[in-house]
This record gives sequence, structure tokens and C-alpha cells, in this order.
Amino acid sequence: MTDLAGPVGGHEKSSFINDPKVRSIGLQLIALIVVIFLGWSFAENARDNLAAQKIATGFGFLDNTAGFGINQTLIPYSETSTYGRAFVVGLLNTILVAVVGIFLATIIGFLVGIGRLSKNFMVRTISTVYVEVLRNLPPLFQILFWYLAVLSAMPGPRNSISLFGEVFISNRGIIIPRPLFGDGAGIVLWSIGFALLGSILFRHWAASRQEETGRRLPVLWVSLALFIGLPLAAMIATGFPISFETPVLKGFNFAGGIQVIPEFVALTVALATYTAAFIAENVRAGIQSVSHGQTEAAHSLGLRNGQTLRLVVIPQAMRVIIPPLTSQYLNLTKNSSLAVGIGYPDLVAVFAGTSLNQTGQAIEIIAITMGVYLLLSIITAIIMNAYNKRVALVER
Amino acid sequence: MKRLLSTLAFAGVMGLSAVAAQAQTKPSKLEQVKSKGFVQCGVSQGLPGFSNPNDKGEWSGLDVEFCRAVAAAIFGDATKVKFTPLSAKDRFTALQSGDIDILSRNTTWTITRDTSLGLNFTGVTYYDGQGFMIRKDKKVNSALELSGASVCTQTGTTTEQNLADYFRANNMTYEVIAFATNDEVVKAYDAGRCDVLTTDRSGLAGERLKLTNPDDHIVLPEIISKEPLGPVVAHGDDQWFDIVKWVLFAQLNAEELGVNSKNVDDQLKNATNPEVKRLVGTEGKYGEGLGLGNDWGYLIIKNVGNYGEMYDRTVGPDTPLKLSRGLNALWNKGGIQYAPPIR
Repeated sequence: MTDLAGPVGGHEKSSFINDPKVRSIGLQLIALIVVIFLGWSFAENARDNLAAQKIATGFGFLDNTAGFGINQTLIPYSETSTYGRAFVVGLLNTILVAVVGIFLATIIGFLVGIGRLSKNFMVRTISTVYVEVLRNLPPLFQILFWYLAVLSAMPGPRNSISLFGEVFISNRGIIIPRPLFGDGAGIVLWSIGFALLGSILFRHWAASRQEETGRRLPVLWVSLALFIGLPLAAMIATGFPISFETPVLKGFNFAGGIQVIPEFVALTVALATYTAAFIAENVRAGIQSVSHGQTEAAHSLGLRNGQTLRLVVIPQAMRVIIPPLTSQYLNLTKNSSLAVGIGYPDLVAVFAGTSLNQTGQAIEIIAITMGVYLLLSIITAIIMNAYNKRVALVER
Repeated sequence: MKRLLSTLAFAGVMGLSAVAAQAQTKPSKLEQVKSKGFVQCGVSQGLPGFSNPNDKGEWSGLDVEFCRAVAAAIFGDATKVKFTPLSAKDRFTALQSGDIDILSRNTTWTITRDTSLGLNFTGVTYYDGQGFMIRKDKKVNSALELSGASVCTQTGTTTEQNLADYFRANNMTYEVIAFATNDEVVKAYDAGRCDVLTTDRSGLAGERLKLTNPDDHIVLPEIISKEPLGPVVAHGDDQWFDIVKWVLFAQLNAEELGVNSKNVDDQLKNATNPEVKRLVGTEGKYGEGLGLGNDWGYLIIKNVGNYGEMYDRTVGPDTPLKLSRGLNALWNKGGIQYAPPIR
């Protein structure tokens, strides 16, 4: 017994300072205090300097009238709106580019990534060249290339390219008809919702049917029929309440319709194709990480090549693909701030550019902008992590 | 343990030095400039006539020459200037943070900028107004016919706000495409992205030279704003503010008195006019109050010249910009350029 008590007693006797637990907590506390102190003195320093230079501080400026125009606004905005509203306009424009860009980049990235492993020489070579060229050129250069290429190839509004007299393409962008909603349009919109609900339910039912009977039902065709049939029926029942406003050339430019500005097209296409090159490499790595035995096993079960890829290889590859895919999505969102080079009114151009310059509230505006990008990144990461968890290998 | 201690010591020193930096009194701007040996001057990224690098990479233009005049007053050497090209959007931050000593970059004097951005405007080197440029084949003769037009402009400028005011006041619609730099604005206008290019009229004259076919474009007659352009310094150093202010006043007084870079040596020796003697420093001690030598006025005129010389070399009728003096003539010659007396 004394043998056991010995070390215990020794431990009690040892100095408080040498207790690893106390030490680690103590040191972390000291580090924390130093960090807080440094942060506080930086903030103090900034405040004193601003006061000495008589620079106004605070967030009150957000309620002041902005007094400048923005050429793409997803919410109503005019020159009499506030800086706060200009901020929201810029933010929505950034999110629009990010969402559309991520959608396109994912599709192109998967196609090219699979293409790089194709047995077809042409497909493989084209995919390789695509990846090597786009991955190695700076994104700003690609944005400028698209912008200038798009612009210089397009005629002026008066000689614009017309598709069926409804869609017009010129150096002012793409102008498409704007839908106008009359009485009963709500029913038509609801019917689209019902079609969505119906097709989800049918999919579930079809899956359980297949498990029971082994028979596969034509899910795609039924869904398509729902999506076309229901709104069509609703349209006929309510007497076609949705009409389209055709853009017409008036004075300098088109009036009416929805205008997709060339800055948006150039930025989105450039970012999507650039990011797609990286996604393609992630996809290739993911597919190659799935052992070839899986493919052989699938083939021996009688699955065709496409089915093998879709049902066996890709689901397993996703586990490798998703984490780096998340970081590509974040990169695309952050790279959208290069918009400033071509005059697309994104958050950085509108808020951290024009608003900052006019109000001089550099610290507040940069803090808000950094916060927004951080928040966008966190949201993207949360969504992708949730998806990752769902597809992760369940180990038993 | 040793490494630990040194880490802690380092952190402590960092913290202390942050506090010490706060407590220390900073040397005056003039002392800072003298000790580094040159004036750091913020200019545009390329606007012919005002600040533009030539094919040898040397900066030239009215805004550039003004910085050289400040350097001449301090060092007796007009070459002791370093230039920082800045976009309209970045210019004030550069000055506020002390990256540059003077901002001399076709910048409009407004109340917001003067009172809430921590800046001091030192005077007006060019009285300007905003105008519009458009392709001749659009067959527009007045800015009032511009409703519905796409307009290219630079972000973070008074131009952008005047444009909004003007179209709103006249009940006209427009689409604005705002770029970060002048070059982007000009390129987009040249490529046909927009119908109209708007900026200060002096700027239009300069930017027109960059277009593929300058003769295909006209400047509309309307002047929609007042744009007094001048050098700017940061708040907080009155002596520096005075120096920059009086460099311009000395140049204006010199033109008024007929003193220029060619006759200034002669005036130094033989002048009888007391006003001239005060300007070149042979009478009184007017440099003292500025913290400069008494020959500060002489050095400016000798090395750079008076305001008229500077104007004629950079933007005047004999330059590609062909801008007549107009408002920028001296007060006694039909313009509004007027400097307080040196006495």
C-alpha cells in the first residue's frame, strides 16, 4: 500500500507551477489577456487618430442619402435611397453572381472532370487543355478577356441581334421579355408549386415500389408531365393571365423587358469557367480515389458504364470531392469582388468603393464588408458540411 | 521554459510598444518630409494635362508640376518628389493614412470632403465644371436630349453624384456604368458600352486624346456643376497646410507681378518693387513662418515657374488639350484666380 501512496503523496507535494494542467490554463489565460490588450490598444489608437484628424465615426451614415446610381438592382433603388440600401443592393448583386457562378461551375467542373478520365482521346485532350489553360491564368485577366470579348463582338443597340423579335443581344447586354402577372396569375404560380410537390411524392412512391417489386417507374417523364401539364391546365382555366412585355428600341436603348448587363455575363462566365477548372481536378481526384474493383464489381452485376458511374463511382467519389469543392465555392464568392475591374456593381464596388469614398467611413465600411464575406463563407461551409455529413461513409 | 519566457517577453514588448507609439508626439510633416528627402505626392493614374506618365516614364501635367513646386520650396530641387498613382476611390484613404504627403489629383473641393474626411483643401489650381462627351453620329446637341442614355463614369467621384442630380432635376432616366479607373471608363466608352462619357470638362479634353478617333466625338455645351480642383493635405498639421497653400499663392502672385522662371534671377538682383522683393525673399522674412528659407518663393519660380507658365506648359492653348485660360485667368485679366498678398 505504501508503494501506491508514494507517488500520490509526491504529486501533492510537487509545486503548483509544475502542474501541467494549471500551467496550460495559466499560459492560455496570459495569451488571451495579451491578445485582448493588443486589440484594445489598436482600437484605442485608431479612435484617437481618427479624432485627431477630425474624421467622423459611427454607423449613422447608413441612413444618409447615397446620391449615386446603380445599373443593376434586384430590389427597388434610386439615387434618393440610403447608403444602407445601396449596401443591400451590392450584397444581392454579389450573391447573384455567386449563386449563378457556383451552379454553372459545378456543372462544367463535373463534365470536364469526368471528361479527363474518358477513354475517348478527343474528349480527354480537350478537358486536359481546358483545365491547364484556365487554371493557370489569373482570374482578373479572364474577366477582362470575357468582358472585352463580349463587348467588342456585340453590335450597338440599334443593330442588335434579334432572336424571334423577342430577345435582343447588343453591347448593352441581353434584353429578354418581362413577364407581366394579371388576375389569376397566382393560381398558375401555385400550380408550379403543386407540380414540384407532386413529383417529389411520386419519386418517393416510385422508390418504395422499386424496393418491393423491383420494377422501375418512369420518374422523369411523370415529373415532366406534371411540370408542364399542371401550369398549362391552370393557364387555360384562368384564361392566360401571364403576358410578356416585349422590349422595344426607344431613343438610346431598349425600353421594357429585363436587361442582363454584359458586366454580369462576363463576370459570371469568367468565374464559372475559372472555378470549374479547379472543380474538374477535384472530381478527377475523387473518381480516381474509388478503387477500380468497384467498377469491375458493378460491371459484373450487369450495370452499364453510365449507370456504374452514376450509381456506384460518383456517390463514393463525392466523399473525397465535397471538402475541396466547398473551398472552391468560397473562392468563387470571394473572387466575385474582382467585379470592380469591369464596373459590375457588386458589394465591393458599390459599398467598399463608392460609398466608402463618399462618406470616408473606411473603418466601419471595411468592417461591415469583411463581416459579410465571413458570413457568406460560413453559410456556404455550413450547407456543404451538412451535405458532407449526409453522404459520408457510415462506418459500422 | 526558456522559449516560453521569451515568447511572453515578446508579447509584452509588443503591447508596450503599442502604448508607447500612442504616447509619442509625432514629428511635424515638414520634418518628416525633410528627413526622408522627398515629397510623396498622390496623383491620378493617367490623365493627360494633369498627371500622366510620358513615354520615358516621367510624370507630367499641372497636378504634377504643383508637387514639384512644393519640393522646390522645401529642397530647392523640383525633382525631389515621388509620385503615387491613385484611383479616385483610393485617393482619400492614401492621404488619411499618411501614405502620401499631398494629394494633387484633379480633386473637387466639397464640404463633405473638407469637413468629415479629415482633409484640408489648400486652394484651387483649376476651376472646372462637369461636361458630357458623346459620339457625333448619335446626333445629340444638348445634354437635355440624353434621357435613356447609358453613361460611363468613374466611381467615388463628385461626377457620379452630379450626374444623378442633373438627370433627376431634369426628369430624365439614365443607366450608369461606374468603373474604378479612368482608363477603364475610356475603354468602355470607346467600345460602345455607353453612349456618354461624363467627367470634368478638362478631363474630357484629356481623355478624348486616348480614344481611337478623337474627332468622332463632341463635348456637349452644358456645364452641369462647379468643380474647383485643387491640392489636398490631411488634417492635423497646420504648418504643412500653410506651406502647400502658400506655394500656390506664390505662383499666382508671381504671375500677377510678371515674375517668371526666366527673369527671376534678374529680379532677385535688381528688383525695386517691394512686392517682388518680398516674393523672392530679398525683403522681410516670410519664409520663417512657414519653416522654410526666405528664398522659398524664388526657389519655386526658378525651378518650376509661375502659375501661368505652369498652365501653358500642361493644359494651355498650345498643348494637345487646348484649354483656354477662361476662369483660370488671373482676377485682373477676366478670370477668378486670385491669391492673398505676401506681406
